[in-house]
Amino acid sequence: MSALTRLRPIAGRLASTVLVLLGVSLIVFLLLQLVPGDPARTILGAGATQESVAAVRAELGLDKPLPVQFLEYLQGLVTGDLGRSLTVNQDVATMLLPRFENTLILTGAALLLCLVVGIPLGILAARFQYGLFDRVAMFVTLAGASVPVYWFGLVLIGVFALSLDLLPTSGMYNTRNPGGFPDMLEHLVLPAVAAALVPLAVIARMTRSVFVDVLQQDYIRTLRASGLSETAILWRHGLRNALPPIVNVVGLQIGYLLGGVIFVEVVFGWPGLGQQLYTSITQRDLPVVQAGTLFVALAFVLVNLVADLAVGVLDPRSRRGGKR
Amino acid sequence: MQNPENSAPLLEVENLSVEFHTDGGVVHAVSGVDITLAPGEVRGLVGESGSGKSVTSLAVLGLLGTRRARITSGRILFRGTDLLRIPERELRGLRGSHIGMVSQNALSALDPSFPIGAQLVEVIRRHQGVDRAAARKLALESLELVRLPDAPRRLRAYPHELSGGQRQRVVIALALACRPELLLADEPTTALDATVQKQILDLLLRLNDELGTAVLLVTHDFGVVSHVCDSVTVMRRGKVLEQGVAKDVLRDPQHPYTQALVKAVPRLHLSESERAVPRQQRRLHEFSEVMASVGEAS
Amino acid sequence: MSSTQAAQRTTLSRVPRQRGSRSPGRPSRFRLGVRAFCRDKVAVGALVVLVLVALASVFAPLLAPHSPTAGDSTMRLEGIGTPGHPLGLDGQGRDVLSRLLYGGRYSLLVAVVPVLVVFPIALATGMVAGYARGRTGEVIMRVLDVLFAFPLVLLAIALAAVLGAGLGNVMLAIGITLVPYMARVAYTTTVQEVGKDYVEAARASGAPTRDVLLRELLPNVVSGLLVYATTLAGLMIVVAAGLSFLGVGIIPPTPDWGIMTSDGASVLLEGKYHVATIPGLLILVVALSFNLIGDGLRDALDPRKQTS
Repeated sequence: MSALTRLRPIAGRLASTVLVLLGVSLIVFLLLQLVPGDPARTILGAGATQESVAAVRAELGLDKPLPVQFLEYLQGLVTGDLGRSLTVNQDVATMLLPRFENTLILTGAALLLCLVVGIPLGILAARFQYGLFDRVAMFVTLAGASVPVYWFGLVLIGVFALSLDLLPTSGMYNTRNPGGFPDMLEHLVLPAVAAALVPLAVIARMTRSVFVDVLQQDYIRTLRASGLSETAILWRHGLRNALPPIVNVVGLQIGYLLGGVIFVEVVFGWPGLGQQLYTSITQRDLPVVQAGTLFVALAFVLVNLVADLAVGVLDPRSRRGGKR
Repeated sequence: MQNPENSAPLLEVENLSVEFHTDGGVVHAVSGVDITLAPGEVRGLVGESGSGKSVTSLAVLGLLGTRRARITSGRILFRGTDLLRIPERELRGLRGSHIGMVSQNALSALDPSFPIGAQLVEVIRRHQGVDRAAARKLALESLELVRLPDAPRRLRAYPHELSGGQRQRVVIALALACRPELLLADEPTTALDATVQKQILDLLLRLNDELGTAVLLVTHDFGVVSHVCDSVTVMRRGKVLEQGVAKDVLRDPQHPYTQALVKAVPRLHLSESERAVPRQQRRLHEFSEVMASVGEAS
Repeated sequence: MSSTQAAQRTTLSRVPRQRGSRSPGRPSRFRLGVRAFCRDKVAVGALVVLVLVALASVFAPLLAPHSPTAGDSTMRLEGIGTPGHPLGLDGQGRDVLSRLLYGGRYSLLVAVVPVLVVFPIALATGMVAGYARGRTGEVIMRVLDVLFAFPLVLLAIALAAVLGAGLGNVMLAIGITLVPYMARVAYTTTVQEVGKDYVEAARASGAPTRDVLLRELLPNVVSGLLVYATTLAGLMIVVAAGLSFLGVGIIPPTPDWGIMTSDGASVLLEGKYHVATIPGLLILVVALSFNLIGDGLRDALDPRKQTS
């Protein structure tokens, strides 16, 4: 296949991704139009006069027709101007970027846990299908997938931070003597575990399911008949063939991670995007809410794009045309 | 081709019984089966589906899986060693190196995520501990042995890039990569087109001739038996009904079931004059008659 | 086409058939499914638990020993086993057990009602899109794809924040969030089923589209969606309580398991764990029950397991 034909589906995916992002921006924009109340009044306070409200509205560009507002909003997105916060005297981008970084650290750590624990768990459960390990693991993961993340965070704090005094209760660094990397790691443990629980359980279950399918395929029998060890079959051939659907699931679970991170950050006082979103929602600071939601949606869309492309690369049958 | 010295048998299945525990009860897939294979012998294991022929063949290599299947009696002696009593590690050492297997699902028997060269190399290195370059050479030789066209380029190809017949050749190459003494072929042609079937069977004949590999050929088709086999064992519902030299059984089947099976294949009957012709030529001639008649009918 | 064939075709499509069964004398798939489900002890157990919780919430006024909203601050934060307050009191001196019972009403309602309401909407949308294929189907699914770009929880939070707190708004927010997910499952199931032989056979026998959709496809798509909906209901219990936890759900002082957990968070540092732990545990148990029932349903409705 020529390079051009190979690139075409990728270009198609990119194009549809851009469309989706546009749609996402539109939805976020529209959502905020639905919010009752006037941002101008929020800034000025209750006793504001009609004129001052009108003036602030003009300043914020709120008096223009909606489609124009949307275009200006899009323009702002592309140039990096996300507006100014209504409560804090700062532009939204400067506010959110460092917080986004912190959220990425938390999400990254949680994702690492999910993959390192969840995938092998699923593989071993499939290997010993219907055995004791499998049944216990499947029950535990089902329970784990039903856990409310905010409650779990509180339980972790109660047990490990308060009762056992092993780990800090909240924050990203020690407020009195902020340490460097090790200090952050100490603060990272509990929130990462809390955030990882549900996605880990789902990934483990999906991995098991995929592996059970893979292990029933004919080529596995051929490999056994060739004298290869179970380890080689499982971890080399099994894993390689199971990877595309697993990558798919992981991509989707990152979405759940990103959604749940708001709870974790609130419970643990982790200074990330989620915590900021929470504060801004309660304070009705709409520009911040708008931008924050957009950030997360963007990240999710990009992650799924990468996952889709990865699946395309990993599955040899989709890479080149084949005879059947 | 049979070893004229009639030395010690290569494979001896003695009184083998296999049970399956299903939700509907216990199924006796194989009951008291005795089969012997001499070095270099090509024996057909014939029966309908459910006769237990595949199960017998899988039992030799210990590939039945332990969840539902239970071997309740018997011994399987390969060059004197009881395969049912040795540890799994030893059995794995035999698989692929001394005993090869070719299964019926040619289209799906190869790992779709790895190039075929890599799969061959992996098996060769596993059993023969040579370095990658030497293994690639051996892999190439195996592909040439099965007459896969354009073999050097095919080493890098993925299974889905090959046709069904080509894939089956690769599977045979994989099974023979370490030159085993015994090849278990489980309906190797069932999933293939009629013309390709003939090619694969001819290939098996030639390999038996060139390498001296004994073949236990599981099939439901007496046409295949007449084409390829020295001897034949007929199975039904887990039991052996009759066995013997292929041409004898074909000419004069004793059991009514065998008679029915033989009758099912058109124009199998040997004429007086053909009996005098050497076996090799006779077989090919017969089979081409069979194929011709099949061609006319369709 | 001869006249006999034409007559035959009309007769075939006019033959009245029993609901859900293919031939007379054979029990319907639904009944077989129910039987298979009843054999699954774990799933039945979970169903029992769920029913008990639901009943307890419904009969809360009869069962609750105290008012869920009036608090006795002299007894605040008393622990489990306090006489008259078997599960203790919260930070405002309110009885935990009573709040739990009344809270169940809202928590269960907010999770289950949206799922029930969205079910037929998603079913219709998904089936139409899946059967029509081509342009219409693709377009509908693309539009839903945009909603998929938002993590589910985030979308629910954003919607709830926008619409404001309160029972109705929360149910609306959750309902809107559910539509793309359930519609997609209905869509993919429909697409899968349409490719199967029995649909081809029905179409070939000349049955009108409506019949094909309703008689042949519907039961199969419904069972697939039902399994998904049950699991989703479990997730929604957690999400809805989560919304209340963040303060964008039910309006206090109305009790709800999420708000109770949130109240418990603030007293955690005082060393009183029961306020937060108990409601969260209940959320977990109910969500787990839904998941177990969903698993049981999936196994029971699997046609390969049905032996009559």
